[in-house]
Amino acid sequence: MINPYVPYPVRIDDIQIATEDKSLKTFKFVFLNKSDEEKFAYKAGQFAELSIPGKGEIPIGIASSPVEKGFVMFTVFKAGVVTSHLHNMKVGDIMGIRGPLGNWYPWDILEGKNIFIIGGGFAFTTLRSSIVYMLDPANRKKFGTIDVVYGARTPGMLLYKDELIAWGKRDDIRMHLTIDREAPDWKYHVGMGPNIAEKVGPKGDDNTYAIACGPPIMIKFTLPVLEKLGFSHDHIILSLENRMKCGIGMCGRCNIGKELVCKDGPVFTLAEINQTPREY
Amino acid sequence: MLEYIDKIKEISTRLLTEKKVDIIIGFRKGTLPMSNEPCFAKNAEDIKSFVWDSNCGINLANYLPNRKEKIGIIAKGCDSRNIVTHIIENKIKRDQLVIIGVPCKGMIDRKKISDMFEKEITEVTEKQGKITVKGNGVEKTIEKSKVLQENCAICIHRNPVIYDELAAEKVEEQKNVDRYEDVRKVEAMTPEDKWKYFDNLLENCIRCYACRNACPLCYCPTCFVDEAKPQWVGKSQDPTDTRTFHFLRAFHCAGRCTDCGACVRACPMGINVRAFTKKLEKDCFELFNWEAGLSMDERPPLDTFKPTDPDEFIK
Amino acid sequence: MKVIKIDKKKWAEGLNKLRAAYQLIGPVKKDTYHDFQVLDKDQLPDFDFLNTRMSPKSIAFPQSEVMLQYSLDEAKEDHHIMKEVQKDASPRAVFGIRPCDAKALMLVKLNFDTSDYKDPYWIQAYEASTLIGMACDNPSSTCFCTSTGCGPYNEEGLDVLMVDIGDHYLAKIISKKGEELLEKAGWKTSADDPSLIEKKKSQSEAKITSAVETKNLKDKTILDLYEAPFWEDISFSCLNCGTCTYVCPTCWCFDIQDEAHGKKGVRMRNWDSCMFPLFTLHTTGHNPRETKVHRVRQRFMHKLKYFMDKYDKGIMCVGCGRCIRLCPVNIDIRTVCDKMNNFKASC
Repeated sequence: MINPYVPYPVRIDDIQIATEDKSLKTFKFVFLNKSDEEKFAYKAGQFAELSIPGKGEIPIGIASSPVEKGFVMFTVFKAGVVTSHLHNMKVGDIMGIRGPLGNWYPWDILEGKNIFIIGGGFAFTTLRSSIVYMLDPANRKKFGTIDVVYGARTPGMLLYKDELIAWGKRDDIRMHLTIDREAPDWKYHVGMGPNIAEKVGPKGDDNTYAIACGPPIMIKFTLPVLEKLGFSHDHIILSLENRMKCGIGMCGRCNIGKELVCKDGPVFTLAEINQTPREY
Repeated sequence: MLEYIDKIKEISTRLLTEKKVDIIIGFRKGTLPMSNEPCFAKNAEDIKSFVWDSNCGINLANYLPNRKEKIGIIAKGCDSRNIVTHIIENKIKRDQLVIIGVPCKGMIDRKKISDMFEKEITEVTEKQGKITVKGNGVEKTIEKSKVLQENCAICIHRNPVIYDELAAEKVEEQKNVDRYEDVRKVEAMTPEDKWKYFDNLLENCIRCYACRNACPLCYCPTCFVDEAKPQWVGKSQDPTDTRTFHFLRAFHCAGRCTDCGACVRACPMGINVRAFTKKLEKDCFELFNWEAGLSMDERPPLDTFKPTDPDEFIK
Repeated sequence: MKVIKIDKKKWAEGLNKLRAAYQLIGPVKKDTYHDFQVLDKDQLPDFDFLNTRMSPKSIAFPQSEVMLQYSLDEAKEDHHIMKEVQKDASPRAVFGIRPCDAKALMLVKLNFDTSDYKDPYWIQAYEASTLIGMACDNPSSTCFCTSTGCGPYNEEGLDVLMVDIGDHYLAKIISKKGEELLEKAGWKTSADDPSLIEKKKSQSEAKITSAVETKNLKDKTILDLYEAPFWEDISFSCLNCGTCTYVCPTCWCFDIQDEAHGKKGVRMRNWDSCMFPLFTLHTTGHNPRETKVHRVRQRFMHKLKYFMDKYDKGIMCVGCGRCIRLCPVNIDIRTVCDKMNNFKASC
């Protein structure tokens, strides 16, 4: 019997400060046992429990992409006991990763479709994973147009900035970066994400899906915009967060109605969410 | 005490119809014998389900903190003392409240009564100081005074200390009560015996926190046992953690506890939680001549400093 | 199925034979109540009870349980690597489990034994156990098992169902595991009149007069019930203590905690409760089930609606009545269930 509570041992391979306020760091992990990497086969949109012996576990979206091999990557906001400890850890330290957990963006359905991604703040991790996945030469032709609106308070608060700029130079993805207020040398959009989405977003139709990830306030203002653009509720895909412990649907705390966010989610369509109590 | 209910309903209906209050907090009949359920009434219709008898042991002051509306509340002596404590501690405002005082002759101890019978009890009625218990072919009448909650048996503040309306004439207070016989017994034990005593006492604790949550004093937004940063107490069944919870909670209640017995009544495992709080209640009485919740004008002893405060413990 | 007759004179002798092969667990009287515990040498289970105070769910799901262990000592080669704690998986025989509690284990199994994930701790302990039920002939006034898809002689989840006939027991074999246990105990005499069981069963069922109505629950939507107006009234008296969830044989929620002392640490799980605000509190301070109304509603919606919709196995309640008897403020699941079942959404 496979024990789903036992994390794979990993070594911290790289730590990068991800935002100018240093509240986010990006960690690259390598598996101590090479074979565990295969067992950890994941899809973009899934999460994992970062497991620190003596401190606990924390569910974090996987920021690396299934097409990137040899490591897994997570960008972590310093907030509670576990993440604060993680921020103080060093390259070479040993910890655990348990997963991959939860469902993923519905890649079988998304194939052949136009994709509209709206991200805000530090909820861009699984979106990065998705973009890298779609832009992979083996995958790009499987998708139609790709539009990305990504907003943060300031340029320094955008995650993965080098990659964002590199993607901006490609002609097979349309990047629409935005910040809340004018800043020196900023040559992209200025304004709130939802407003930019309304201006630049593709029209919603049967062949176009929107994936939105961000703080609750961004989601709140994004949904009416997507409706205005013509996206039906079953074409709007969201990723939810709730307090979690087990990550495998057993400990009971993360449910919204009968759905367990950790196992039946975290990815739901708005149509599905509309059928559940708003307990997230 | 049964006859109070007509007056309670009359006052409650009047307060609601005259819009003096938005809700009234009282009791309705429970689905089990000896268990009334706290409830609220928003209109005269709701009032009809109100009851009053010797099964109203839950402290209704517990339902007050942080409420915003104007509240009518039915209060026994102990509830009224906890209302005073709430007002002093700014958990509710005096002018939000219309207190319907109920002079109390003591509540019955449902555990004590259940334990007296081998079979399940299906019906308990009371009449003129006598309790009649029925169940599976057995029927027995007991003196109510023999089956009072322990805290009620030694209560010396049966009349509400603060009220706006009274549901009945005041009752005579009990005199010459030895309030601390049980505490003295523990005090007289050797350290080893004390340790054993408290260990046995807590053996069955399941950390459900019913004692804490039934206590009007335990209104902290985050209880110390629930703190995560830092986490003071472990969450397992480790006896050290269980003891830490009970000891610290008792200390948090020092000088505030009215010995209302809500904690004992709530405990599903039958633990005499008062064994902790009562020692501190006794200390406060002996050291500071203090009984909680008797006066709106005086701060509790652990809130204040007086040069005359006893200091023998500093050596 | 075969029914064995166990002469009460041979009872202690049979149990003693079993001690070689099984750890024996059974109800024991303590003070004024009964609880399950490991039986000492020569100790017999005491069947003179309505039901135990705590449910036997802890046989497979103890209130606190170590799951993993690790060393924080960097001098050790395997420091910071978490390892499964090996558990005692030797056979145990649980006597005197009530049919309601056995059925409850079947409902809990749906949570711990899924097609996607297996909880090894629960499954190992469950599989190591042979469950010998004791049919219920004197149900309590708070028993309503007959209306929850269970009953005083219900066999689901049991390996053997025992019935007290006075000077002997009848033991109905339900599974291979049960058959083996009876053989090992040396109880082999076939019953002369197995139909006694059916007769006693109907008599006992007739004694259960308390019931819940659940047939309309399925057809109501989650959101209609969630938004029903009665939750404020139902939850008012609730203290948000963990009593109902801890004493419930079907409540399975747990918390995972790390505890480290010096260089050694364990990861353990402890029962948790949807009644506690901390259960769902986000690190940001946001709490999706912020108020008492949210939490009380969650408990009843989970038991009586979410579970039903998710698994199609009825309600997540076996009618044992523990939560009714032990709730400090007399919140009664029967009343709540009826309210939900009879609720008509206005539109």
